[in-house]
Amino acid sequence: MSILSVQDIGIAFGGVRAVDNVSFSAETGQVFSIIGPNGAGKTTLFNLVSGVYQPKSGQVRLDGEAVTALEPNRLAERGLSRTFQNLQVFFRMTARENVMVGRHLKESRGLLAHLLALPSTLRQNRESAEIADTLLSRVGLADYADTLASSMPYGALKRLEIARALAAEPKVLLLDEPAAGCNPVETEEIEKLIRTIADDGVAVVLVEHDMKLVMRSSDRVLVLDQGRVLAEGKGAEIRSNPKVIEAYLGTHGTREANLALN
Amino acid sequence: MQALFSHRLAVPLVIAALVVALSFALPSSFYLRVAALVWISALAVIGLNLLMGYAGQVSLGHAGFFGLGAYAVAVLPAQFSLHPLLAALAGALVCGLIAFAVGRPILKLKGHYLAVATLGFGILIAMAISNESWLTGGPDGMPVSRMTLFGWRVRGAETWYWITGGLLVVGAWIAVNLVASPTGRALRALHDSEVAARVAGIDVARYKVRVFVISAVYASVAGSSLALVNGFVTPETANFLHSIELVTMVVVGGMGSILGSVAGAAILVVLPQLLTTFHEYEHMLLGLMMMVIMIVLRSGIVPSLAALFQRRRK
Repeated sequence: MSILSVQDIGIAFGGVRAVDNVSFSAETGQVFSIIGPNGAGKTTLFNLVSGVYQPKSGQVRLDGEAVTALEPNRLAERGLSRTFQNLQVFFRMTARENVMVGRHLKESRGLLAHLLALPSTLRQNRESAEIADTLLSRVGLADYADTLASSMPYGALKRLEIARALAAEPKVLLLDEPAAGCNPVETEEIEKLIRTIADDGVAVVLVEHDMKLVMRSSDRVLVLDQGRVLAEGKGAEIRSNPKVIEAYLGTHGTREANLALN
Repeated sequence: MQALFSHRLAVPLVIAALVVALSFALPSSFYLRVAALVWISALAVIGLNLLMGYAGQVSLGHAGFFGLGAYAVAVLPAQFSLHPLLAALAGALVCGLIAFAVGRPILKLKGHYLAVATLGFGILIAMAISNESWLTGGPDGMPVSRMTLFGWRVRGAETWYWITGGLLVVGAWIAVNLVASPTGRALRALHDSEVAARVAGIDVARYKVRVFVISAVYASVAGSSLALVNGFVTPETANFLHSIELVTMVVVGGMGSILGSVAGAAILVVLPQLLTTFHEYEHMLLGLMMMVIMIVLRSGIVPSLAALFQRRRK
């Protein structure tokens, strides 16, 4: 059974079916990518799966449990985490604190202990800070630990969001364009990172425009067009699918995809 | 040195040092009284700053809680001969419960809508206090009986200076504890991005109510202290202008700065006293100075000066 399975999910905005009867499932230890032209509904699909939007139809199952339309924080409790295409960073907090927020559900939450700074709370703070530092090194941001997020460069913030999502120790991780706006070196680092996350036993669902990254790191690829599934399959099948080439990849994309796989 | 300043306890220690130092520097009981008023306001402002500066939720009705705290130590001892300390405790409890009940529906609102809803709440409390004259003495206010502790009558500017100063230090200590805790991180997170906070597992609605309750309790305790220091209460403690004054103290001192809360309270309590020498120009000058402060130090006194200081050192 798949850790995440989405059945016939859909939503409409003012009569436009932004996502229309989309189904897919993601497996533990694999990278599942969702590609498609701008406006195809990729981010909307993420928002439906992660509880940010309420679907009009369809079902989401996480680890066998029906979790359709649950609040994002309830989904987080069940092991789903995500990053955002348009950065959703806590800009008034340091990089370390941003990642520590990701530990929220693992932390003890007794208010009285927090108000009085009981030893348990201080120990908790130290523990979360240590884990945050480890994760920051893992995404290559160790040097930024004490830097306010508002003064970090864009590419670093993308990786900061990944570290924050990992802090929750998710079973399913949705990454929304993690390499957007990153230079080739950063993109390569993110590619390696995605692979190690999956290898650690996380089901990674990736939305990304960088074809090289998608083709090299994905186990399976889903192509969305105008809210519907255009194709699904292994990378090699997708890049040679004439419908996909016409709707999305075009000649340039196909060349990139071929280069990546050869 | 840097580590010393960034330690969690640095701020309450600085405030404690300030309280002790000023007790030597202030020449007469009149000044000690003004200082006690600063400590009391600062306590309420720290609470409001947790709500506004850290969690990013505005309240234009906080004087309502302040007033309830003040009237608790006036009414409860008079009606039920409750000890003032227990009365203050009951006031804080009631404020916490009201904040809990009101907070859930109100805090779903954002920005201007939240501002207007809290404004309405504050006006409601102020109206109730001034209308129920059989209990509260109405617009004229009512006296507060002197507090006795172990047979000793608590009185005199110096005594109250130390009591209110002590309360402020404790309030600041609790506030810095909270800010540096998982709850504090959750509050700061939801201020910057509610959706990211929710994705991180934070129950945003619950945490907003939590901080609203905490800030209401701060306001209530400050209100009780003021009533006990003054020996009387008036409905003005609960009215709209006082709410605005508290918000102004938060913003002038610096949103998200505990030390700033003390600075903001000090400026708005002390300046009017200093400006009385200008008679009819008093309010004009006060307004003008506040405008200048906000234009020059736009993130508030303490955060702006801290940023300036850091830039200088680089």
